[in-house]
Amino acid sequence: MSLVTDKLTTKSLIETGELYSEMTEINRSLINISNFDFFYGEKQALFDVNMDIKEREVTAFIGPSGCGKSTLLRCINRMNDLIDVARIGSGKITVNGVDIYDDRVDTIELRKRVGMVFQKSNPFPKSIYENVVYGLRIQGISRKSKLDESVERCLKGAALWEEVKDRLDTSGLSLSGGQQQRLCIARALAVEPDILLMDEPCSALDPVATAKVEELIHTLKDRYTIVIVTHNMQQAARVSEKTAFFYLGKLIEMNATDQIFMSPEKEQTEAYISGRFG
Amino acid sequence: MVTKEMETLSPEALSLFGKPTKAKLIERVVFWGFRVGTYFVLACAASIFIDIFYKGGKTVFQSEYPFINVEFLTGSPQTLHVFEHDGASYELSDSDFRVFKEEAGVSIVSDTYAYSGGGIWPCIVGTVLLVVGSMAIALTLGILSAIFLSEYSKPGKVLNAVRLSILNLAGVPSIVFGIFGMGMFVLAFGWNVSLIAGWFTLAFMVLPIVISASEESMRAIPQGLRDASLALGASKWTAIRTNVLPYAMPGILTSSIIGVARVAGETAPIMFTAAYALRDQLPWQGLEHWYDFFFQGVMALPYHIYVVSAKIPQNEYTSRMQYGTAFVFLFIVAGITLISILLRIRMRKKYRW
Repeated sequence: MSLVTDKLTTKSLIETGELYSEMTEINRSLINISNFDFFYGEKQALFDVNMDIKEREVTAFIGPSGCGKSTLLRCINRMNDLIDVARIGSGKITVNGVDIYDDRVDTIELRKRVGMVFQKSNPFPKSIYENVVYGLRIQGISRKSKLDESVERCLKGAALWEEVKDRLDTSGLSLSGGQQQRLCIARALAVEPDILLMDEPCSALDPVATAKVEELIHTLKDRYTIVIVTHNMQQAARVSEKTAFFYLGKLIEMNATDQIFMSPEKEQTEAYISGRFG
Repeated sequence: MVTKEMETLSPEALSLFGKPTKAKLIERVVFWGFRVGTYFVLACAASIFIDIFYKGGKTVFQSEYPFINVEFLTGSPQTLHVFEHDGASYELSDSDFRVFKEEAGVSIVSDTYAYSGGGIWPCIVGTVLLVVGSMAIALTLGILSAIFLSEYSKPGKVLNAVRLSILNLAGVPSIVFGIFGMGMFVLAFGWNVSLIAGWFTLAFMVLPIVISASEESMRAIPQGLRDASLALGASKWTAIRTNVLPYAMPGILTSSIIGVARVAGETAPIMFTAAYALRDQLPWQGLEHWYDFFFQGVMALPYHIYVVSAKIPQNEYTSRMQYGTAFVFLFIVAGITLISILLRIRMRKKYRW
């Protein structure tokens, strides 16, 4: 059954409990990437990537700059569609069983399901309130009570509510870097995605703000499937259950995070995490 | 110069005070060069403004109540009659002269000066109509094409060629646009000399400015805002409408300020397409159908200045008219510019980065 093209059916199935057993099953694979090749123009950026990303787990992508980890992340919600020269060589990515590069898939619906937080925090130059409800407003939702409820829920979800509840009408840009990034997470939560993609969300933050975002990731993983790209290996070790190591466009190794950091199978992985290159 | 406390310093330390070297001299000369150049430009601009304000002010303002020459601002251009009657000298515009003659009951011989009486109200109306209409057309077409160029089109040779042509179009002399407008709108489309032909001609003339500046301001919007909206499930157009256009608008308006000044001031493009040297009726008078409004010629301030300074015999009376018109014209352009600037400031405040 296709979750992306058949939203209503899925929803009613969840409500009636028919999907209940399947949804609660631990380690169900949510994102499946198979034999995925990806090109920027003539340059191949990803080589034959295969991986399974489990539901309600945090999966970290690590690897040196230019290894293709961000590229793969942006393929999962088709943000790479925006780049003119980007194209898929072969293979496919399925989310919930649906091939997301199928022509019939609506990228708008897909991106509502697969939210994204960017490396550079990019709140809109609007009020905090309007930032959070943006995704709902563009869906045509304008009932005040619904928007208010969503703002409070998402800001609480992003651990920002206590800090900003008295100044929801001030500009999102007036917040500190870490607060801005949490605002971006709150904004992504508002459209109620299943999956959150995070592209180096802490790379521009100080250690205190980073710790807050990491704490947040811990609480979010109960309800969302999170894929995080990070340059910071300690961070990967702290927040993730699974870690995937990329090098030169190839997935070298993917395993439980403990396994990767304690006893990696591949020599390249070992070399990277012990700091001998990268 | 060596002062008392400097005597205690070592020779190395003293050398820090230095002598006038060649580099210092050049520095000074260059600095004065810049300064003199700037002052010269300012002096030229100031003398033009002062000349127009001084001489034009005498036409626009008057010493007795209501201090503003109402007839000049609200009347139509008329012939001026200058004559002496019962030992007093009179300067009356045509309509007043007829009334005066009626009341006096005698025939009066007067010197007549064309265009030197009455006012310039039809020219003011015409210029405002031309500016508003052509800017509306130019902004609509310009923003549409700028959105297409900066957001939708694929970068490549074709796009570069299009951009280059647009830039080149900005350098085309305005008389060429005037002749193009006459050939295209007046003759080929059969619109005759009309407001709408003038609108399109002027709009085409400022389009290059509007397009390139709008495109520039849209490309200056961080890609992150577009990405963020798309990642939240916005369509491309929604992202542009909510997160590109509103923030690009101040920049687009800035560019259109230049456009407005150009449109208001150009004579050549409207000479063959929209402007009448003299028209008694105001644009909303004597219309048979509502759409006739668009197909009528109008008077315009720059063309009126041209007519009174180049097309009729010159004398002290026409010179008053010229300066008065120039004064009002400057005032209107300044007013339009001021409105655009205020609008821009308000928009900038609304979206603070």
